[in-house]
Amino acid sequence: MTISKTRENLAGWLFVAPVVVILGLFMLAPILMALWVSLTDWNGQGSPFRGSVPFVGVDNYSRLFTEDGLARQDFMTSVRNNVYYVAIVVPLQTALALGLALVVNSRLLKGRTFFRAAFFFPSVTSSVAISVVFLFVFANSGAVNALLGLFGVDGPQWFADSRGVLHLLLGAVGVVDPAAPPEALTSGGPFGLSWWEWLSGPSVAMTTIIALVVWTTSGTFMLMFLAALQDIPVSLEEAAMLDGAGRRQVFRNVTLPMLKPTMFLVLTLGLISTWQVFDQVYVMSQGNPAKTTLTPAFLSYQTAFRSFEYGSGTAISFVLFAIIVVLTLVQRWVMRERRHA
Amino acid sequence: MRRDNARSLASTFTGYFILIFFALVFLYPFVIQIAASFKTESDAAAHPLSPIPDPVTMGGYEKVFLSTDLPLWLGNSLLVTVVITVGRVLLDSMAGYALARLRFPGRRAIFSTIIAMLAVPGVVLFIPKFLVLNQFGMYDSYTALILPVIADAAGVFIMKQFFESLPVSVEEAAKVDGAGVFRTYWSIVLPMARPALLTLTIISFQGSWNEFAHTLVAVQNPELFTLPRGLADLVSGSLGKGTQYPLKLGAALMATIPVAVVFVIFQRYFVRGANEGSEKG
Repeated sequence: MTISKTRENLAGWLFVAPVVVILGLFMLAPILMALWVSLTDWNGQGSPFRGSVPFVGVDNYSRLFTEDGLARQDFMTSVRNNVYYVAIVVPLQTALALGLALVVNSRLLKGRTFFRAAFFFPSVTSSVAISVVFLFVFANSGAVNALLGLFGVDGPQWFADSRGVLHLLLGAVGVVDPAAPPEALTSGGPFGLSWWEWLSGPSVAMTTIIALVVWTTSGTFMLMFLAALQDIPVSLEEAAMLDGAGRRQVFRNVTLPMLKPTMFLVLTLGLISTWQVFDQVYVMSQGNPAKTTLTPAFLSYQTAFRSFEYGSGTAISFVLFAIIVVLTLVQRWVMRERRHA
Repeated sequence: MRRDNARSLASTFTGYFILIFFALVFLYPFVIQIAASFKTESDAAAHPLSPIPDPVTMGGYEKVFLSTDLPLWLGNSLLVTVVITVGRVLLDSMAGYALARLRFPGRRAIFSTIIAMLAVPGVVLFIPKFLVLNQFGMYDSYTALILPVIADAAGVFIMKQFFESLPVSVEEAAKVDGAGVFRTYWSIVLPMARPALLTLTIISFQGSWNEFAHTLVAVQNPELFTLPRGLADLVSGSLGKGTQYPLKLGAALMATIPVAVVFVIFQRYFVRGANEGSEKG
């Protein structure tokens, strides 16, 4: 080995060393430590690696899934809330981002740069600061209710309303009476929640967080779609037009297929981030009212740092990790299937 | 032909209608925020939609600056943000350069580990990070606020991508002239990387200025609160819910203004940062 080779090796190691040490110390090591803690009943006092810390095996995990009790009920409630949240936020933000990108991409319109900036701006601001603004906007005497008032609608008390939107809708069309749900739905269900509880939909309070997040994230995703749209050669769409394809056909058969990689990325990033919603819950609702804005991320924080059950809290965060990984893999698999079809 | 014109006129009109409608939806909350921060409490409650405070009062700002710890939070945010940003730009670019250009054993393994870390969801690390900080006795210190986030995988990735796009010839010329690795990096490569460095600087600034969750698990001493942390405390804690909106919105505005200014000046670097993500896929 020549001297210059040795020097290059040394330089290489020196250059990456700080990043490797920091990421190793604050990402890799913590995950391993947390895995251990999730198998104990550590209460936050002293080191979790002393012999006196009770080792409980997979108890923290089984309490989330198999044992009847408050731990499971809270966890499943948080999962239910987050499932509805994901199911609404991801399609909405993706559709809105794509729609805005298509309009902003149009060469006929002036002032496109301004509009792009306007739509993107909320994404770069502080989630905490924005949450404070939305607390005011959705307050009982806030802007949203004032706006609804102009149309003669008496707006709800957004942050205090724990009623499920799906329950309300079913009630409104007269399928069921939310005040007296059918016995068949309330008498049983999986994981300690009744079918009726599973089918609540997001609560009215949760819809404010949904609105906030769709509002803040669409801008970023719009930019991603926009970058992809601008990579599509104009000639391709023009050729299709010349061949007699209508606008809608061009969009479906030319534009949309070209956007597929970006669509995949936006959906994946959306799925990953929606399962992590935390800042907004912390500022706006702390899981209230009636635990209907509780999410696994917040529950894990609350369990560890407020109830000092670090083992249990860590177990929740690992389950959340698993949910995110599995969903990403499923999505990758679905998209691959379709590509070959 | 005439029908086409009519159609394009109609679609232009619809286009503008959509743009203006959504521009209002995306910007009006900020208008409301600014207006309400200058309102009296009763005016804010009575006319939440109005963009004009009547009467105009600085009462909210007086209160937030004089009777809360806002000046302290601002100072902490500034300190933490500057140190993290400088650190990230330096450390991420060094690592990115080494991974892009230097051949050394273990390079591939390190890069794949960094890519894997990009995929680790942040919320999963709340408790783990606390464990490490606690174990090392760093909890509740500026070190805890700064050190764990002073290098980040995404920044390394951005810098590596950029360095790979540079032509090798300039560096080779420097090497022939006898410049060592560090000299080549510092005086040849870094100056060439200005656009990428600016992008990284700006997204690091924005990210660390807005950072909330990390501060939640790193410190609990109010002396160490950054602006988002103080703001969250102000809203959910001492002052209670539902009141003092002018004050709270004014405080929230203090957290928004620096990012807004940087955004207006360096917009295209934000855009580049956002689209850096799309190259990952």
